[in-house]
Amino acid sequence: MGSARERLINGLIKENPTFVMMLGMCPTLAVTTSAINGVGMGLSTTVVLVFSNLIISALRKIIPDSVRVPAFIVIVASLVTIVEFLMNGYLPALSSSLGVYIPLIVVNCIILGRAEAYASKNPVMPSIFDGIGMGLGFTVGLTAIAMVRELIGKGSVFGIAVMPKGYTPISIFVLQPGAFFVLAILVAVINTVRVNKGKNKVEIGCSPEKCGHCTQNCANAPKEAREGGQA
Amino acid sequence: MKTLLMIAVGSAIVNNVTLSQFLGICPFLGVSKKMDQAAGMGAAVVFVITLSSLVTGVIYKFILDPLGFTYLRTIVFILVIAALVQFVEMFLKKSMPSLYQALGVYLPLITTNCAVLGVALNNVDKYHYNILEGTVNGFATAVGFTIAIVIMAGIREKMENNNIPEAFKGTPIVLVTAGLMAIAFIGFSGII
Repeated sequence: MGSARERLINGLIKENPTFVMMLGMCPTLAVTTSAINGVGMGLSTTVVLVFSNLIISALRKIIPDSVRVPAFIVIVASLVTIVEFLMNGYLPALSSSLGVYIPLIVVNCIILGRAEAYASKNPVMPSIFDGIGMGLGFTVGLTAIAMVRELIGKGSVFGIAVMPKGYTPISIFVLQPGAFFVLAILVAVINTVRVNKGKNKVEIGCSPEKCGHCTQNCANAPKEAREGGQA
Repeated sequence: MKTLLMIAVGSAIVNNVTLSQFLGICPFLGVSKKMDQAAGMGAAVVFVITLSSLVTGVIYKFILDPLGFTYLRTIVFILVIAALVQFVEMFLKKSMPSLYQALGVYLPLITTNCAVLGVALNNVDKYHYNILEGTVNGFATAVGFTIAIVIMAGIREKMENNNIPEAFKGTPIVLVTAGLMAIAFIGFSGII
């Protein structure tokens, strides 16, 4: 199971979708107002990612190369619809607080990116572990950002008050601007650490390593517009 | 008419798609380095979102809703949007080469821009708009996106000459700018 462990570490740390790849920024900014939303969004994305990797990897020899992207989109959209139903049925409160971001998992670059870059080229078992690793990496990223925002903006974590009584919550951190500020500081810290270690800075945008279908689209775009990828 | 105007102002400015709903963040941060690129991206988004709101509205009203297939909306909408973008690209290439020159390069980048699918889903799920209202909402949302990305490009062009702390160069300073813009847009929330 050496490769399984390697896939998990790869997703959680080396190629963490939030902190290193900077993918799926729309849900990252939007749902991280409370830690519980972060966990909910992360885990629902994980479920979709694991099953889409499983199905796409199992069908990788059947799907013709020329129609693979539409085929992937149909598979992912079907899984998202199932997850949407399950959440509506069993977790109605979470489902209504995540709102439109649940169906928008379809256009999350992490999922199509992993399908294109990994699942469509590798056997089923490693693809499942790749999905688990990437999904958990995304969950950890979302939860960490959400905890910081909830702590400063509401003085609580997972709904439990942890700050001393005299603390006045800085509510802008749970409003929209707070999302941008927290992410800005996070990226600044990550970049400083990476530059000290002699690695490249992380940035939002698309590059060939990140996701296959971006690459395909980016190839048609002029060089300056290329870094403008998709969320 | 009054309702339509309210929808338009509401989606373009008050609930700005990028700064308050966080849809289309990647193009907003990625293609906002130069003013002309930002304007091109904005125009392409206006074109695609308006058209896709209309088409998805019609499909929902006349096919999915009467047949009771509304739960298939996510699958149907994303396929319709992907096909539509391809079709628009081919159409522009053949019949309007000059417009294609200006917008064409941005079109492939839009397919998975979550604002397009987000607007289509919000139209039917959250607001229950009819086809006309949905189309107006789509157009206004896209105009809101264009406003945000053009302002961002203007600020970034000025910022190039500024002395930014080393750690904040690149993505972080753009995020800080976006945060400040979001604060400004919160100011509009009293209008409606």
